[in-house]
Amino acid sequence: MDYTVVIGLEVHVQLQTQSKIFCGCSAAYNPTQPNVQTCPVCLGLPGALPVMNRQAFELALKTALALNCEIASYTKWDRKQYYYPDLPKGYQISQYDCPFSKDGWLEIEMNAETGETRRIGIIRAHLEEDAGKNMHDESGGKTDSQVDLNRAGTPLLEIVSQPDLRSAAEARRYLEELRLLLTYLNVSDCNMQEGSLRCDANVNLHIHQDGKNIPTPIVEIKNLNSFRNVELAITCEIERQFEDWKATGRRLGDVPKETRGFDAQRGVTVGQRGKEEASDYRYFPDPDLAPVTVADELIEQLRSDLCEFPADRRKRLAVTWQLSDYDVRVIVDQGREFADYFEAAAQACGDGKQACNWLTQDILRELNERRLTIAQFPIRAEVLANLLGRIPARQITNKSAREVFLELLNDGGAGPITSSRIDEIIAARGLALVADTGALEQVITAVIDKNPKAVADFRGGKQAAVGALIGQVMREAKGADAQVVRELIIKALQSG
Amino acid sequence: MPTQLTPAEVQHVAMLARLKLTPAEVADFASQLGRMLDYFQVLNEVDTEDVEPMSYAVEVRNVFREDVVQPSLPRAEALMNAPKTDGQCFLVPQILDGG
Ligand SMILES: [Zn+2]
Repeated sequence: MDYTVVIGLEVHVQLQTQSKIFCGCSAAYNPTQPNVQTCPVCLGLPGALPVMNRQAFELALKTALALNCEIASYTKWDRKQYYYPDLPKGYQISQYDCPFSKDGWLEIEMNAETGETRRIGIIRAHLEEDAGKNMHDESGGKTDSQVDLNRAGTPLLEIVSQPDLRSAAEARRYLEELRLLLTYLNVSDCNMQEGSLRCDANVNLHIHQDGKNIPTPIVEIKNLNSFRNVELAITCEIERQFEDWKATGRRLGDVPKETRGFDAQRGVTVGQRGKEEASDYRYFPDPDLAPVTVADELIEQLRSDLCEFPADRRKRLAVTWQLSDYDVRVIVDQGREFADYFEAAAQACGDGKQACNWLTQDILRELNERRLTIAQFPIRAEVLANLLGRIPARQITNKSAREVFLELLNDGGAGPITSSRIDEIIAARGLALVADTGALEQVITAVIDKNPKAVADFRGGKQAAVGALIGQVMREAKGADAQVVRELIIKALQSG
Repeated sequence: MPTQLTPAEVQHVAMLARLKLTPAEVADFASQLGRMLDYFQVLNEVDTEDVEPMSYAVEVRNVFREDVVQPSLPRAEALMNAPKTDGQCFLVPQILDGG
């Protein structure tokens, strides 16, 4: 029996504002000092009036434009009513029937080798406020839960995809591309550990049987907090639904929509106690907040301010620097600062392929080992470019450049690393290539004179004999380029 | 004949509002809520053909504040009205269903 997997993702992303969405409290992540970022508005005290944060609205518009959404000319705020201890007002301010944007898409790459891409539809993106945080003492005994309202009222953008995703891997790819886009746009830090990016997945199967497509009941998997868990949870859920179909034959409509959580330790999705009547939110327009009409001029201004998107940047870098799809993917997917670093280094040294090799190998390795971001990396792009420029200029060999690179890193904390430090290291370690071929030729002549046997062997047809001569010359002339030495020796022997 | 809600409808609304009602209260509210709905019936008689739906009472649009942090309440004041706290957090009866 064969089936198609149908997945849609709901992503909540925290917008990068200073203050909350409807009040002036700080929106900073602060789990260690509970309840110090609240005021009458976000505590839901009677008489307090919310006012929309302009920056939150514009960041949301920017994101929607980048997701190719239609921007509504008129949008309003609605109250979504439910009781939960982390929701002090008894309702969440959200958007119901007039979201500020809808009908967009995000392109994802399905196959790095063929470059095959797919457009994943976006149903809508809307703004809402986040809730606070409940903390349960799992150790037992305690009868109360703690509530911290620091997070209550921080701005959230909810992005709802069409059920266009066809596998767990595709869902992960979509989420990764979305995260990359959001960080490129600087609208969110998308820190999944801190909950700035959260994901729910709606999953079901279309079973192909007797020429028909039979949909299984849709399940929503809540609170997936890492890319890995998104992929794992969906994989487990696909398997569970297929087994359930075989065992019960239940199809869409036979049971109410189910909400499940993911138990990463056991690798299974677990049914959550049904929130009875969960969908009865009784939305109505919030009378405290004025509706918004979005002027075309604002949309055009925001559109013209948008940065280059990751997908476009990959294409441009591949063409400009003649890099493979794989290389540009590694560079661009590391984030905007990494790609900026690459471009600065490539431009300064003029060799994109060389810069790419160093970034994707040496620098990535050092960043991982030292647990640094590219912004914290002590060798700046122009210094790296200076170092790389010395290789084609025949000042140092590629191998010596790596030695200098590691030495620069090991310098540690003594102020910013400058290009003059490279000169010092080259001098101290005697790495300078003997560029003066006159001096090199003198050394070669001397070595040839001292080794009549090797010379005779070579002339007698033993090519390998040249190795001993190269070794001696290299010892005498530190920093010489072995390839150059080899060529010069062979020339001398053939002419002599 | 005034509208009368069914006991099940009253129970449903009560559950959404987290209210526990006695059978006598359910009966009371069934007729009281029914009378409220009747008032809306009166509104429904108004001819609203060609009238745009209105979601806000006054003709105001685009009220924004700049993204500037203002001082928050000291924690003690934020917790002041809570029935139960531990000095740091609001305390509520243990939540069972997660989320
Ligand atoms: Zn506040």
